[in-house]
Amino acid sequence: IPVSPPPSLLRLPSRAPYTPQSRSRHVPETRRREPCGGDRRGEAGEDTQEKEGILPERAEEAKLKAKYPSLGQKPGGSDFLMKRLQKGQKYFDSGDYNMAKAKMKNKQLPSAGPDKNLVTGDHIPTPQDLPQRKSSLVTSKLAG
Amino acid sequence: MYSKLHENNLNFPFTGGGNDIQWCFSQVKGAVDDDVAEADIISTVEFNHSGELLATGDKGGRVVIFQQEQENKIQSHSRGEYNVYSTFQSHEPEFDYLKSLEIEEKINKIRWLPQKNAAQFLLSTNDKTIKLWKISERDKRPEGYNLKEEDGRYRDPTTVTTLRVPVFRPMDLMVEASPRRIFANAHTYHINSISINSDYETYLSADDLRINLWHLEITDRSFNIVDIKPANMEELTEVITAAEFHPNSCNTFVYSSSKGTIRLCDMRASALCDRHSKLFEEPEDPSNRSFFSEIISSISDVKFSHSGRYMMTRDYLSVKIWDLNMENRPVETYQVHEYLRSKLCSLYENDCIFDKFECCWNGSDSVVMTGSYNNFFRMFDRNTKRDITLEASRENNKPRTVLKPRKVCASGKRKKDEISVDSLDFNKKILHTAWHPKENIIAVATTNNLYIFQDKVN
Repeated sequence: IPVSPPPSLLRLPSRAPYTPQSRSRHVPETRRREPCGGDRRGEAGEDTQEKEGILPERAEEAKLKAKYPSLGQKPGGSDFLMKRLQKGQKYFDSGDYNMAKAKMKNKQLPSAGPDKNLVTGDHIPTPQDLPQRKSSLVTSKLAG
Repeated sequence: MYSKLHENNLNFPFTGGGNDIQWCFSQVKGAVDDDVAEADIISTVEFNHSGELLATGDKGGRVVIFQQEQENKIQSHSRGEYNVYSTFQSHEPEFDYLKSLEIEEKINKIRWLPQKNAAQFLLSTNDKTIKLWKISERDKRPEGYNLKEEDGRYRDPTTVTTLRVPVFRPMDLMVEASPRRIFANAHTYHINSISINSDYETYLSADDLRINLWHLEITDRSFNIVDIKPANMEELTEVITAAEFHPNSCNTFVYSSSKGTIRLCDMRASALCDRHSKLFEEPEDPSNRSFFSEIISSISDVKFSHSGRYMMTRDYLSVKIWDLNMENRPVETYQVHEYLRSKLCSLYENDCIFDKFECCWNGSDSVVMTGSYNNFFRMFDRNTKRDITLEASRENNKPRTVLKPRKVCASGKRKKDEISVDSLDFNKKILHTAWHPKENIIAVATTNNLYIFQDKVN
């Protein structure tokens, strides 16, 4: 039975051996660094009346609920906003990755779901999941 | 939920009548091919204060600046064309090792400083770092050095027998961009706005939860002036979506939220402006509330009028004009694409409901403009209450061709020349538009092309 990675996956890893490259940073005085993101629990969906009224919005809502019955009652609440705040976060921690690989031995690590931006569950980001980051070496076509 | 104060009069086209503007195609910049590289996606468009310069930023972190050529007095068919003036790489992709966080190089906003000397200055920002760029011209170079050859090689001092005075000689114009200040490491979350204060010394930068105040000369210090981060992140209910300084009052700024509210803050009241001075919010009919209500009420852009008396907000389906003296409802509401209300389910599924459209005023604050889908953009005349839908397309390519108004058929029988809602291309979105500060020249960005339109000059 594979051991699931520690819950700290979505936060900075708590075990020490991995030391980030030291780099001089110019940090303005008033700023305090705080970890962003956190473990999000989905909000329980409540039953809503299916109101296919005159309002097109309500009809659209009913359509959506029919397709995704587990959708939370408050879309503007934390789930949606947390996803927005997490935009762009891609964790690749070589320590976690190697530890998980060692535990899994020859089995495949769970790979990213269709939404590669959200790290969920057992998924550990792998180098393959991360898109290539390269700066634009070419001049913009607007200037062509 | 939405004010019916001024319903759009869709039957009266903009064109016709003495005072109405006839928009003509002027130029288009960018590649023709449909296969768009991600780096080429335009992410911001901004005229400078005189309108002579037009800057664009893209997802690849590059800035391209166009300059309007001097009007040809003999051939005044149209105002000067915009040609490339300077282009440079503003931001590079970065990796925050401490958080395992990738930082995109996409330019979120560009804001020009008013011109103080021969050089031009602009602020450009990505998600995390703001940079002050100096764009300067060089049109002469020194020649006749005693110790250097013309190609730069050093001469043997022993071969120098006479002395001469170096002189400046004209050369081909060279435009150089250099980063003068880098304002980094002050934002935990993603920067969505920058705004230069009317004191021309300070500016603000806003991310999802905080707004910081900077001095243009000082990069190692930043004052936090708004912080809406809750002590417990589970209680997070709204984020900051845009912020702007008042054009005349250097102590006043506004910020909009994902819940459709705008807060006006006065920096004289306290150092930390967590408590607003004014809260602008339109009351909602609770019986109209749906799953989508909050998402479509999220404000994607806020812009003060040039006069400073009004501000405009853009939410998913409408543009609202607010009088700063009245907090309880907007004075004008314009529907941008109301026909999308019955498509919200699929727009949620394809994420289009989260698209962030911007809006802009014309120089006299009489007309406002915003983008839509299918490469359509909309203009609303506040005085005549007329509106128009135009399309940015290479099909209307001939200069001085007057653009034909477009119409979307919401339901029922589609008339000739109308396009039905289901035929709209939701991948062709116009999120960024800009209006020349003085003239009727507009810049409209499609995904990877920049269109320039002008009013017809007879």
